Amino acid sequence: MTWETVIGLETHVELATKTKIFCSCTTAFGGAPNTHCCPVCTGMPGTLPVLNRRVLEFAVKAALALNCQIARHSRFDRKNYFYPDLPKAYQISQLYLPIARDGAVDIRTGAGDKTIHIHELHMEEDAGKLVHDPWLGQTRADYNRCGVPLIEIVTRPDFRTAEEVIAYLEKLKETLVYLGVSDCKMQEGSLRCDVNLSVRPLGSGRLGTRTEMKNLNSFKAIARAIRYEARRQIELIEEGGRVIQETRRWDENKDASYAMRSKEDAQDYRYFPEPDLPPIQLSEDYLDALRAARPELGEEKRARYQADYGLPRCDCETITSDRALAALFEEVTALGAPPKQGANWIMGEVLGALSQRGMEPRDMPLTAPTLARLIALVGAGKLNRNTAVKVFEAVFDTDGDVDGYVAEHGLEQIGDDGLVREACARALAANPRSAADYRGGKEKALGFLVGQVMRELKGRADPQAVNAALRELLAP
Amino acid sequence: MELTKLTALELGGAIKRGEVSVREAAEAALAAIAARNGALNAYITVTGERTLDRAQALQAGAGTARSPLYGVPMALKDNICTRGVKTSCASKILGDFAPPYDATVVDRLREAGAVSLGKLNMDEFAMGSTSETSFYGPVRSPWDLERVPGGSSGGGAAAVAAGMGWYAIGSDTGGSIRQPAAHCGVTGIKPTYGTVSRYGLIAYASSLDQIGPLCRDAADCAAVLDAVMARDPRDATSLDGDYGRLLEGLTGDIRGVKIGLPGECFGAGLDGEVRDAVLGAAQVLKDRGAEVVELSFPVLEYAVPAYYIIAAAEASSNLSRFDGVKYGWRAQEYGGLEDLYRKTRTQGFGAEVKRRILLGAFVLFSGYYDAYYKKALQVKAMIKSAFDQAFRRCDLLLTPAAPAAAPRLGDSLGDPLRMYLSDIYTVSVNLAGLPGLSMPCGFDCRGLPIGAQLIAPHFGEGRLLNAAHAFQLDTDHHRRAPKGGDPA
Repeated sequence: MTWETVIGLETHVELATKTKIFCSCTTAFGGAPNTHCCPVCTGMPGTLPVLNRRVLEFAVKAALALNCQIARHSRFDRKNYFYPDLPKAYQISQLYLPIARDGAVDIRTGAGDKTIHIHELHMEEDAGKLVHDPWLGQTRADYNRCGVPLIEIVTRPDFRTAEEVIAYLEKLKETLVYLGVSDCKMQEGSLRCDVNLSVRPLGSGRLGTRTEMKNLNSFKAIARAIRYEARRQIELIEEGGRVIQETRRWDENKDASYAMRSKEDAQDYRYFPEPDLPPIQLSEDYLDALRAARPELGEEKRARYQADYGLPRCDCETITSDRALAALFEEVTALGAPPKQGANWIMGEVLGALSQRGMEPRDMPLTAPTLARLIALVGAGKLNRNTAVKVFEAVFDTDGDVDGYVAEHGLEQIGDDGLVREACARALAANPRSAADYRGGKEKALGFLVGQVMRELKGRADPQAVNAALRELLAP
Repeated sequence: MELTKLTALELGGAIKRGEVSVREAAEAALAAIAARNGALNAYITVTGERTLDRAQALQAGAGTARSPLYGVPMALKDNICTRGVKTSCASKILGDFAPPYDATVVDRLREAGAVSLGKLNMDEFAMGSTSETSFYGPVRSPWDLERVPGGSSGGGAAAVAAGMGWYAIGSDTGGSIRQPAAHCGVTGIKPTYGTVSRYGLIAYASSLDQIGPLCRDAADCAAVLDAVMARDPRDATSLDGDYGRLLEGLTGDIRGVKIGLPGECFGAGLDGEVRDAVLGAAQVLKDRGAEVVELSFPVLEYAVPAYYIIAAAEASSNLSRFDGVKYGWRAQEYGGLEDLYRKTRTQGFGAEVKRRILLGAFVLFSGYYDAYYKKALQVKAMIKSAFDQAFRRCDLLLTPAAPAAAPRLGDSLGDPLRMYLSDIYTVSVNLAGLPGLSMPCGFDCRGLPIGAQLIAPHFGEGRLLNAAHAFQLDTDHHRRAPKGGDPA
């Protein structure tokens, strides 16, 4: 029998607001335990939540970019359960009237284009963190993350393969980062994904029993977990078993998942409308203003770079894969760098330097004016490309002064043809055999001679000018 | 001058004129507490030294004070957070919890020059109508030590009636200010929902809880509300309004004011003496020029069940945070997390609180939500619209505050359903978020006070207080003081 895998995703995204969703504590990652919290986010008796308007704004921006229907009237609800990482014993979330519903995201995979439908998007607060100390046999609660704002984006069961899931997540991440509403760092937990998966005979109209998989900490883990779980369910059914509706935890080290709790153990969260927060009413003016303020997203940039700069699709994709890279490219171009030159430097030297340092583009010290100046010096014949790469390496970490460095190290390209000619003549005199070989038809010998001249001139000559001068002197 | 017989405004005036020092006033109240609290148990915490230090510090500004309540000693119900002072909700589970913050209402009172005497006894977590469910023992009525003072703000009502403070700040979720005010012969008002910040009020039922004062008379209530009503950025449910002008609006002129008497509130279940006293109040108001109209309030019978479903549902969630993990009391012997939760909550909460938590959890279970909670919300909407209808025909409603005078100690604990039903006249006001006031309107044959309730539309505090003020100009029920609690 041919099986079809059916997947839906629940993605939690931490919003990049400076302060928490219901108080003014910082959302900064890390920090000593219980230093980023206050009576409100730790749910002390008598305290009350007040919605951070930026959280609402970021959630609506995200929902608009994901083509959702925005609720003009929405509300928070309480999700009640006991756990020490949840100091109020309820999470403020949205169940009955979420901020947005019915969105759509277009994805592209090797198999073609596809639209993934979004069921809903809602706002909620994060919980704290429990740290177990095996030496003391104690569990300690750190409430720094309590009240960090999240949006949860729930898709319909539209995915059929891990490739589609990854393509969706990449698109989602790119969109949210371009909007500036999240940094989507999986390693810091600012993008978390639960996978709901079932299998059914291909062509069947009915959904199979699904499992939910948690603790997926990287795109790679998600892809592996999906393949593992689909195989597990198919084998189970083919051996005459039945899939049990349950929550499973992925173990990255064992490359396997195991059951955490079944549907029977599922809690009743006793949801009800949060009485401490008035309902949210959104005006058309508010939505129009956010629509108008929407920045250009990755897909739009790719199209524009292709149309306006004539860059190849592949270059466009690389540059727009990251908001900071695209911004660098646009700035360098605006400062006069030829688009293709800018693109080449970014895809070559910039990405190389970043990967060497294990650095994210947004953390890069090098700024656009510095890179633009380098490109300009090469374009004007004042630096040759190889020397320029050395200068790039030297100024990258400090965003140093390009002109200063070139002057200090005497790297400016020799523009005087007379000097180049003299150096070529000396090289020919010193290497008569090579000269003879070239004249005898050995093209290779010329390369050696060029190298000798460049070495004498400490790399400051334009290699093409040296080449031309040598050919002229060697001409019969 | 017998200071404890003055109203808060009278005392404030004497302090301003230099006739009484702030310290003398505080000492008089502390002396009354020392003499009577042993019998009445109105206070859980008396701040003694701290109170006198505060009084001393305020003296310098007395002559130039702008607040008419400057220097007047008062007390706070023990569910209102006070920085560094134990705030227990009269529950074992909070232990010696002393919050690191003040409630907004405390901040505002401090700005108005209030001197706090301490924290008042109450029903545990404000759940009760008799002030008997306190972990710290029942409050007794100063009118009859064998009777309850009403609840849940019973400590405040008893303290104000017995001269142990000139006014009290209470909270009212289903009648918890108005009903004890009625049973203790004082004037109490629950203002419009959202007009006094709830920040720092330990929640019972968030959508119904409202802070308000219990005072000697309506003018004192107006002065306290002028000090505490304000929009608060820390409470998202607080409302903007034209605050601070209630006292200046007390003219006593109620000519042409239409007062509605809902027939349903004077029918079966109402004690005859209470009925006569409240109708007598209507006559007094009529004599001052008000117009009295009879009307119908048909949804009244659904108010109590709807109230207990909504309040219990919210309470079950609000009280979940008391789990022994972070603050307050924790069970001693436990094996693991589940056991810590179970033992702490089983031993830390009293019977009435547990009853309401269980009821609230039950009505919120997904299988029952529609049948109970959702239906209760529908009743709430019906009650709101019934009030809207009524206020198209009149400016104020007049009802009894409670079906009978204060019950005997112990009578209600064994019959919670009867106790719930005694809230019939007050709970609908909370469900609709309206302002309601209770004022003394007479005494029964045993000498127990009887209260009448006035209800106004949203933001109708001015109208409400002016009517009560007019009534008090022509009556002296509010001037009578109980003997109970005096040393033999």
